[in-house]
Amino acid sequence: MQNVIEIENLVAKYGEKVILDGINVNIPKGKITIVLGGSGSGKTTFLRSIIGLLEPAEGTVKMLGKIVNQLDEKEQEEVLKQIGVLFQNGALLNSISISENVSVPLEKHTNLPKEIIDKIVESKLSLVSLSHALKLLPSELSGGMKKRAALARAIALDPQILFCDEPSAGLDPITSVNLDELILKLKDQLKISILIITHELASIHRIADEIIFLSKGKLIFQGTLEEAKNSGIEEVVEFFKIGEF
Amino acid sequence: MLKISQNENRIDFEGELSFSEVKQAYDTLQKIIKITNQDLIFDLEKISKIDSSGVAFLDIAREKLKSKNLELKIFNTSQDIQEVIQTFSAGKVALNLQVKKDGFLESIGDSFYGFIQNLENLLYLISDIFFWSIVGIFNRKGARKDSFIQQAVLIGVNSVPILGLISLLIGLILALQSAEQLRQFGANIYVADLIAVSMTREMGPLITAIILSGRSGSAIASEVATMVVTEELDALKTMGINPVRYVYVPKIHAITIVMPLLAILSIVIGIAGGFLIGYFYLDLSFNAYLKETLSVLYLKDFVTGILKSIAFAWIIVISGCFYGSIVRGGAEGVGKATTASVVASIFMVILADSLFSLIFYF
Repeated sequence: MQNVIEIENLVAKYGEKVILDGINVNIPKGKITIVLGGSGSGKTTFLRSIIGLLEPAEGTVKMLGKIVNQLDEKEQEEVLKQIGVLFQNGALLNSISISENVSVPLEKHTNLPKEIIDKIVESKLSLVSLSHALKLLPSELSGGMKKRAALARAIALDPQILFCDEPSAGLDPITSVNLDELILKLKDQLKISILIITHELASIHRIADEIIFLSKGKLIFQGTLEEAKNSGIEEVVEFFKIGEF
Repeated sequence: MLKISQNENRIDFEGELSFSEVKQAYDTLQKIIKITNQDLIFDLEKISKIDSSGVAFLDIAREKLKSKNLELKIFNTSQDIQEVIQTFSAGKVALNLQVKKDGFLESIGDSFYGFIQNLENLLYLISDIFFWSIVGIFNRKGARKDSFIQQAVLIGVNSVPILGLISLLIGLILALQSAEQLRQFGANIYVADLIAVSMTREMGPLITAIILSGRSGSAIASEVATMVVTEELDALKTMGINPVRYVYVPKIHAITIVMPLLAILSIVIGIAGGFLIGYFYLDLSFNAYLKETLSVLYLKDFVTGILKSIAFAWIIVISGCFYGSIVRGGAEGVGKATTASVVASIFMVILADSLFSLIFYF
């Protein structure tokens, strides 16, 4: 099995505080990997370290065969072109419309004519059922719509890896199911490898291929959903037991 | 009511261990802890109710005994009481949470280290902004479409009414203050000289800078801070877009063009304000006032005024971007960043003005 991300001995710190302590993990290609863990376990820091927003204190993050923190600006840009990130609150640029938000990476990283860019934007927004919201500003959208628009932006360049920070948090069940179906479609149709931080058990059951469980900054489990449930690791088993309904 | 009875190292509690009773229990505990040299046993069989204060009391008793290498044993707790204790007991977590207070020297060291770090970040930001500002003139790829015009309107055009009004008032005030003195010597006409020189050299650029610090500087700081808080800048980075180039540079370009124009506007309106006083209060004609104004102004005054206004413009944008970018926390942090940015930019503008006066006129 090929890996899109290979992490070796990752240590991440904020000041003197160690958040991630020696993480070794590989993220497989073409699968949906779910990152789990309690509050403060280091999930978001884990994500930020991978996508280059936080410099590792020690260790390496190899993404698509390249060590992210050792690349020059140009090389880093090449890697970033191949990833998409869906932030927890969408992180849409508030001063421009939804369609302009989606076109930002396309304009930055391609030389496509405006007509084609517009068509791609249209198709990405239609994929997330936001065709009617092209000209709206982020402030005119609901929370769920913002997330979907942000997802459209994240997949604007058909990335090889998609990172999602709590994609279904705060969404109603129907929107959440639709979002999961879209994520599955992206995996199957575009062969995107997806790394998701989520606590939503129903969503995990629907989409997870692989589970990574963090606890107090350490990796305590990696495997499939079934393996997680039967792992015998108290914290992991407890997580799935409490959430069952 | 709480009844406490002691039999050697065994203490029986009867009644409620709640907010109204815990003080009594605590006072008793203090006395016992002082003299005891053996483990204590708390019997809670007759406790009918316990709340978070009661649990805190038990935690404190445990900690105090532990500091004397003794142990607290709690007996006969009902299921209900056990559940409350489990909910509220800080236990080991509380012990770990104790933060060592920094000493005086450590605090000074930390503050100095923080200052150096901020200074380093500021210098990086300044070099980044100027580098990308120059690159951005020749290469528009990666820049925001129409952002220059947008920013020029936001910073410049929208500031015209307030700037015009304040400049007019400043011109009026300066003329009024000086007119009374000059009239005593029959030197009415010199009001025009005074207003022209002070508005062109100092007041025009300075008033413009102060108004823009309050108006546009705060808007820049809060915009950048909000973008940090809502992860918009992070999103740009993950898309391979340089936030300095995309967000900050259009502001620098716009303000560099717009600020001198605003300063000229302020100078003209200020001089016009002075003329109003000269005309209505000192009986000066328009021609005489204009002639006197033009005779006293040199190109150097005008050029230094414009140069100063450009420097002030950069101070305002850099201060807004810097304080916005180091924001911590949510909405409260945005407010603090905005305030800090305005205070710092006004201070820096006045400091820079003093330096310019020294350089150009002494």
